[in-house]
Amino acid sequence: MVEQTDIRVVRCGGSKICFSTFLICASGDSVKVFSTRTEECVHVLHGHANQVTGVALNPANHLQVYSCSLDGTVRLWDFIDGILIKTFTVGYKISSIYVSNKHIGVIFIILPMQKHFQLVAVRLPSALEQELEARELSAVLSDVSPVPACTAFGQGVSPSCLIFVCFRFKLKATDKKGARNAFTCVACHPKDDCIATGHQDGKIRLWRNFNQKKEYTYSTQHWHHNAVSALCFSPEGMHLLSGGVESVLVQWHCKEVNKKNFLPRLGGAIAHICVSPDGQMYSTSHTNNKITIISSFRVSAVIQGLVKGAKNKLPHLMIDPRTKALVLNGKPGHLQFYSLERDKQLYSLDIVQQEYIYQAGLDQFEVVKAALDGTASWLATVEQRGSKISSLEFSLKLWSFNEKAQSFELNTTITAPHQNMITAMCFSPAMDTTMLVTVAKDDQFKVWLLGSDLDEQTSWSCEHLGSYHGLQPTNCCFSGDGSLLAVSFAEVVTLWSPDTWELLTTLCQPPGTIEDLCFGRLSCSKYLLGTTTKNLLCWNLLTCALEWSTSMDVCVLRTDPLSENVAAFCHNSGKTDLFVFRPSEPRPLFTQKAVCVGRVQRCIFVPREDPLDSCDEWSQWLNRSRLHFLTEQMELLTFSTRAEDERILNSRKELLVDDSVAMTPFYLLLGKHRQQQQEKQTSVPSQAADRAQLPQGCVAIRELLHTPAHVLPPASFLCSVFLNSLLISNTDEKELPEQEVDSEKEEVDSEEEMEMNNGPQGVRTQGSVGEAPPSLSRAEEKELRRLRKTDFSWVTSLTSS
Amino acid sequence: MGEFTVHRVRFFHYMPSAVRALAFQPQRQKIAVARTDGSLEILNRADHLFQEKVIPGREQRGTEALAWAGQRLFSAGLNGELVEYDMQELREKYRLDASGGPVWTLTCNPQGTRLAVGCEDGTVKLFEVCDDGIQFERNLAKQKGRILSLSWHPSGSRLVAGMAGVIWVFDAGTGQSVHRLLVERGTGAPRSKECVVWSVVCLSDGTIVSGDSSGNVKVWDGDTGTLIRNHQVTKWDVLALSVSQDETSLVAGTSEGTVVQFQHLSVVLGREDKEWVQTRTFKNHTHDVRAVLELDTAVVSGGMDTQLVVRPLLDKIDVKTSASALRKIHFPHRRLVSCSRTARLLLFQHRIHLELWRLGESEGTGDSLPIKRKPEKLLHLKTKGEEHICCSALSPCGGWVVVSTVTNLRLYRLQCDETISITKVSKLPKVVSSANQICFSSDSSYLFTASTCSSVHVLALSQSGCTFVCTLKPKSCKRTYNWPEFLVSASRTVGHCVLDLVIVCVQAYCTVPVYSSGVTAMSINPATNNLFMVHADQQIFEFSLEQKQYTDWSRLVHRKGLHPQWLERDTPVTNVTFSPRNPAHVILHDMYMFCIIDQTLPLPERNSQLVNQLTLRSLPEKERRAHSHAFKICKTFKELLFVELLEDQSLVVIERPLLDITAQLPPPVRQKKFAT
Repeated sequence: MVEQTDIRVVRCGGSKICFSTFLICASGDSVKVFSTRTEECVHVLHGHANQVTGVALNPANHLQVYSCSLDGTVRLWDFIDGILIKTFTVGYKISSIYVSNKHIGVIFIILPMQKHFQLVAVRLPSALEQELEARELSAVLSDVSPVPACTAFGQGVSPSCLIFVCFRFKLKATDKKGARNAFTCVACHPKDDCIATGHQDGKIRLWRNFNQKKEYTYSTQHWHHNAVSALCFSPEGMHLLSGGVESVLVQWHCKEVNKKNFLPRLGGAIAHICVSPDGQMYSTSHTNNKITIISSFRVSAVIQGLVKGAKNKLPHLMIDPRTKALVLNGKPGHLQFYSLERDKQLYSLDIVQQEYIYQAGLDQFEVVKAALDGTASWLATVEQRGSKISSLEFSLKLWSFNEKAQSFELNTTITAPHQNMITAMCFSPAMDTTMLVTVAKDDQFKVWLLGSDLDEQTSWSCEHLGSYHGLQPTNCCFSGDGSLLAVSFAEVVTLWSPDTWELLTTLCQPPGTIEDLCFGRLSCSKYLLGTTTKNLLCWNLLTCALEWSTSMDVCVLRTDPLSENVAAFCHNSGKTDLFVFRPSEPRPLFTQKAVCVGRVQRCIFVPREDPLDSCDEWSQWLNRSRLHFLTEQMELLTFSTRAEDERILNSRKELLVDDSVAMTPFYLLLGKHRQQQQEKQTSVPSQAADRAQLPQGCVAIRELLHTPAHVLPPASFLCSVFLNSLLISNTDEKELPEQEVDSEKEEVDSEEEMEMNNGPQGVRTQGSVGEAPPSLSRAEEKELRRLRKTDFSWVTSLTSS
Repeated sequence: MGEFTVHRVRFFHYMPSAVRALAFQPQRQKIAVARTDGSLEILNRADHLFQEKVIPGREQRGTEALAWAGQRLFSAGLNGELVEYDMQELREKYRLDASGGPVWTLTCNPQGTRLAVGCEDGTVKLFEVCDDGIQFERNLAKQKGRILSLSWHPSGSRLVAGMAGVIWVFDAGTGQSVHRLLVERGTGAPRSKECVVWSVVCLSDGTIVSGDSSGNVKVWDGDTGTLIRNHQVTKWDVLALSVSQDETSLVAGTSEGTVVQFQHLSVVLGREDKEWVQTRTFKNHTHDVRAVLELDTAVVSGGMDTQLVVRPLLDKIDVKTSASALRKIHFPHRRLVSCSRTARLLLFQHRIHLELWRLGESEGTGDSLPIKRKPEKLLHLKTKGEEHICCSALSPCGGWVVVSTVTNLRLYRLQCDETISITKVSKLPKVVSSANQICFSSDSSYLFTASTCSSVHVLALSQSGCTFVCTLKPKSCKRTYNWPEFLVSASRTVGHCVLDLVIVCVQAYCTVPVYSSGVTAMSINPATNNLFMVHADQQIFEFSLEQKQYTDWSRLVHRKGLHPQWLERDTPVTNVTFSPRNPAHVILHDMYMFCIIDQTLPLPERNSQLVNQLTLRSLPEKERRAHSHAFKICKTFKELLFVELLEDQSLVVIERPLLDITAQLPPPVRQKKFAT
C-alpha cells in the first residue's frame, strides 16, 4: 500500500478574518490561528481535505469560527482551543462563506451550479452529533462571482425581514464605453446604508440611497492607479480601508471625503484587508504570502510565509545546511530563506540592492542563478536584466558567510563575467578548494577560484577558461567528491579533471541536447545521469559507456545527497509522474503517477533531522530525507508517509490536553523545563511533591476562574470551600478515591444534600476536610454533622428576650 | 456626393467670452447666460437649449450677476448699475445706479417682488420691482467690507449675505442682522488670506450652505448659527452654489473646473434624519466654474473656459433620450460669417470689428493642394463707440458691407479690384437705425433689415446710394422672432410670414404654418422658390412658395420620419445653402458635420446606417446606388462655424478648433496630476 498522502500545499494566501488577540487565516488545507502580539502560529486547524476557501466568525459565539473548503464541508472550530466542534457536509465545492448576525444558524455560501455560481443560504442543523449533513439549501441569487471579495453583507435595510445586501457582480454598462469600470470588490457600511465598490480602474464608488425608486447615487474617489483589490469598513463606519497592487493601505475618512491616510511600502500587493471587531487593529494579507498586522495605523507585526509572488527563476532549490532552510527567490531582487518545519521565512537576503519599483513593463534586475557551496560559507548569485543580448546586463556576485553577523556579506562582484547569459553554475564539493564553475551561452565555461590569503581582502578571480569545439554548453556538474567535472556541450558530455583541467573523455549519445546532468551518490558514484528532452541516460564512468537509457520526458532530475536515490519527474500528457530509482538498479523504487497537473518546476531532497525507521520497501526512500517540489502554480508540495501524519495528529492531541495556555515557543520551552523539573521531583519523594501538584492539580481554582461570574454562587459561600481546597492534604492521594465514593454514598442517604458536593472539587474538599482530623470515626462525624444541622434558633430567641 | 475643392479656413480667430452668471426662469424654462463681455444669451430649455436671443454687450461693462423677477430679467455689474432688459427689442430697457459702488451680487426674492443688491460699500440694498421699473426701498444694516453673495430665504423674510470671513443673516423686514456666522480659514492657509464666502444658499428649513475660498462647502444651522457639517471639496475656491427646487440636491462649482453634487439623503433608509452627503463629481471644465444651475434633471455649468455644459442627472431620468444626453454649447447658434460667392470674399464678425478676407487659390490635384495665392486680409473695420456688433452682412456680389449695433446701422460700399476702397454710404433713411438681422437679395440690389416691432425695412441699393423702399409689417404681430434669415421675418404668434422676393411686393405673400420649435436656419432655393427650414429639434421642412403649401418631399420626410441618428445630434443647423448647379442638393451644417441632402434619392431607412460615405466607398460601383440615400454626411471637418459652396463648386469650410480657443485662455489653477 502506498502510504504517502499526496499533495499538501504548504501555504497560500487566503481570505482571513481578524480577531482582537488572534488572527485566523485560511492557509492551504488548514486554518491557522496566529497571535497578533507575537506573530506566532498558535494553532493549525487540520481537518479539511481540500483547500480552505473562506473563514468567518460565528456571529452567535465569538469564540467559534466557520471555515469552508472545496471538499464540500463547512466546519465549526473553537479556535482558542483548536478543537473541531462540528462538520457540516454540503456536498458541493464551496468557494466562499458569509455570515450575518441577523441570521443565526444560517450561513451563506457560494456554490458552482451548472455553468455559473450561486449564492445559497444553508440552514445548519442543530443536532448534537459532530458530523452533520446540511441539506437545507435555498438559493438566494444566481450568477454571482466566486471571488470572495465580490459579495458582502450589509446591515438591516428595513427592520422587518430584508437584511442582507448582496451585490451582483457583472460588468456594468455605465456611460462611457471602454472605461475600465468593472467591479472588483465590494464592502458594506456597518451602520449606514452605504456600499463601497472598488473598480478595475482604481476608483472607489460609494453608493447610497438604495430606495425602491432606483434613485441611487454615488460619489467617486480616486487614488489607486490600478484595480482596487480589497475594501473594508472599520466597525464603527468611520473609515474605509482600501488596497491594491501599489502595496499602500489607504484609509479614507467617511465623513470628510477628501481626507485620507496612507501606509506605504507594505511590500506586496494587498489581497485582503480586515479589521478587528474593536477596530483597533487592521490586517492586510498580501499576494506574496504575507500578513501584516497594523495597529494605530503603524505596522506592528509581520507574518511572512513562503514568498511566491514572483516566478522562481533559480534553476535549483537549495537547502542552507546551517539553518535547514530552503533558499529560493523571494521578494523581487531578494533570496529568501524559508524554514520548512516552521513554515516561516527566516530572513530575506537583498541581492540586487536596488529599490524595486512597481510598474508594469519595467525591466528590473532579477536573481536568476544562485549556488551554495557544501558548507554554506559561500553563496554565488547571478542577477540579470533584459532578455536580448543587446540590452543584457548581468553580474555575478559572491557572498561569504559572516559568522559574527550570521549573514552573508558581499565579497566580490563581477560585472559581465561572460559574453552572454550564464546558463548553469555550481560549486566544487571538494573540501580543500573553493571553486566555482559557470557555464554560459558564449560557448565557454569559466572556473573561478578564491584568491590566496595574502591580503586581508580575498576576492574571486577567473582561473580557467574552457570550451569544446565551439559548442554551446548547457549544464555542468561536479562528482560527489569533486574529482570530476562534467560539462555538457549540446549533445556531448565532456569530463574534466579539476586539478589539471584536461579533458578526460567525452560521452556522446545523440540525438538531443543534454539538459540536466548529475552524478550518482555514494555507492552509485560511478554513474552519470543525463537527460535530454526525450530520454533519460545513464553512463557508467568506469567503462565510459552508456549503461542504460529510457525514453521519458524528464522535467527535473535530482539526487538525494544522503542516499543513492534519484528522483525524476516526468511530464506525461499534461500531468507529471514521479520515479524514484537507483542508477544501479533497473527497476524504480517508487513510482507515483499524476503527482500534479502541469510540469513540475523544481524539486529537492531535504535531509530529515531525525530519520524515519520505516522498513516498508515503498517508503524507505523517504527515511533519510524528504522530497519537496514546486509546481507550475509555484505551490510547494511534499510527500509524507502515513506514520508521519499520525505523528502530527498525535502531537495535536497532546496540544489539546492543556488548553488554557497558548502554544507559543515560550510555553514549549518553559513547559519542557517544568516537565523535567517535575520528573526530577517525582523521582525524589519529598514534601515539595505536594506543592508541585498545586498549579494543575487544584481543579477548584481553575473551575473558579473559568466559570463565568454570573453563574457562580455568592463569594461568601464559595470562600470556605475554596480555601479548603488550597490546604495541602498530608495523606496519600491513593486512598482518596475510595473515601470519596463512600462519602458520596452517604450523602445520597442523607436527606439534605450539600450543594457543593456534587462537583468533583466538592468531593475532594470533602475528602480533605474529612482527612484533617483523622482521629474522628465515621459515626462521630455523622453525629457532628447532624448537630450542625439541628435548629438552634431557639437560643437566639432566648438571648433576645 | 461628388468631390469638391475645399478651402479649409482656419484664420477666423473667433474667441467666445467666459460665462459669468446663469439664471433660470422656471415658468418659461428660460436660461439666461451672462458673459464677461456684457452680452446676454437666452436659451430655451424646452426647445433643445436653443439660443433664442442674444443681447450684445458693450465695452467696459461686465455683468456680475443676473436675476429673473418673474418674466423680467435684471443684471448688475461692477460699474455699479442695475440694468433691466427688454426681451422684445433685445436691448437694455433702462439702467439705474445703485449708488453703493460696484455691485457684486443681485438676487430676487422667490415672490419676484424685491431685488436685493450687494454693494462694495457693505450695504445690501433692497429694490422694489414695480410695473414700469424698480424703486429703491431701503438699506439693510451696513457692514464693513463688500457683500459678495446673497440669498433669500424661500419665504422672503430673511436674507443671507456672504462677505470676507463672515456670513450675515438679516431680517428683511427690520433690516437688522440676526446672526453673524464666522467662517474660518482652512487649515494651513496663510493668516493674511481671508476666507471669502463666494456663494451662499438659504434653504427653506433654515439651513444655510456656503461655499468659500478655502474650498469648503459648509452647512450651517440658520436658527442657531452653528456649523453642522463641513465638506472639503477642493484645495481651491468654491465659486458657485445652486440648489434644486425640491431642495434635495445641491451643486457647487469650483476653481478646479469640477462641479460637485451634494444630496440630502437619509443615512439609513426609512429614517427621517437626513444629511447632506457629497455624491458625484462632474469634471467637464478645464477652468474655473463661475456659475452653476441645478435644474432637477440636469446641472448647467459655465465658466472661464467659455463653454456651457448641460450635464444630465441620470438617476432622475427614466427614459434615455437625446434630450437627456450631455451637451456642451461652444459656439453661438447663429452665423458670424458671411460669404460672397462670386467675389470669393469672407466677412468675419468679431466683437467690435469686422474682418474681410479674400480666399486663396490653389493648383494641381491630390489630397492637399499647393497654394498658388495665399488668402489675404483685405480690411479691418472697427466700429465706433463702445457697443458690440449685433449683426453684419456681405452682399453676394461683394460690393456692399452692412454692420449694425444696437443703436447704429452703417452701410459701406466696397470696391476691391486691385486696391481696396471703402466708402460709407452717408445718407441712410432714418427709419433704418438698427437691425437684428440683415440680408441682401441674391442679385445684391436690395437690402433687408429686420428691426424692432417685427418690421422689415427694404432698401434699394444702387451705385449712387440707397433709397428706402418700404416697411413690411405683419398685421397682428407683437413680437419679432429674431433669428430669421434671408428676407424672412417670422413671428411666433402668427407663424412665419414669408415674403416673396422675386417680385418685391408690399404685402405679405403667405404664412407658413406654425411649428413648436424654433427655426435655426432657413433659406429660399433660388431655382425652385422653395423655403427650406431646419428647426431646433432637427426637423426639416420644405415649403413651396408658389403653391403655398409644403412640398411633396417635405410631406414624405414627415410621413417617414427622420433617421434617429439625425434627431440625436445635439448642435443645431446654423446655415442652409443650395448648390448652384443642382437645385436638388441642399447643403447644411452644424458644429460637427456638414450634410448634402440629395432630394432625388430615397430617404434612409430607420435601421440603416446614416453616416455611410466610407462604407459606400468600399462597395463596388453597382451596389453603391442601392445603398446610397439622401443624407450624405461628411464628418471630416470638425468644429465648423460656416460652410458655403462657391460658384466654381469649391467648398469653403471655416473651422475653429476648440484647442485653439483653450490655448488662448488664461492658465487654469495648478493641479497635481498623477504621473506628472
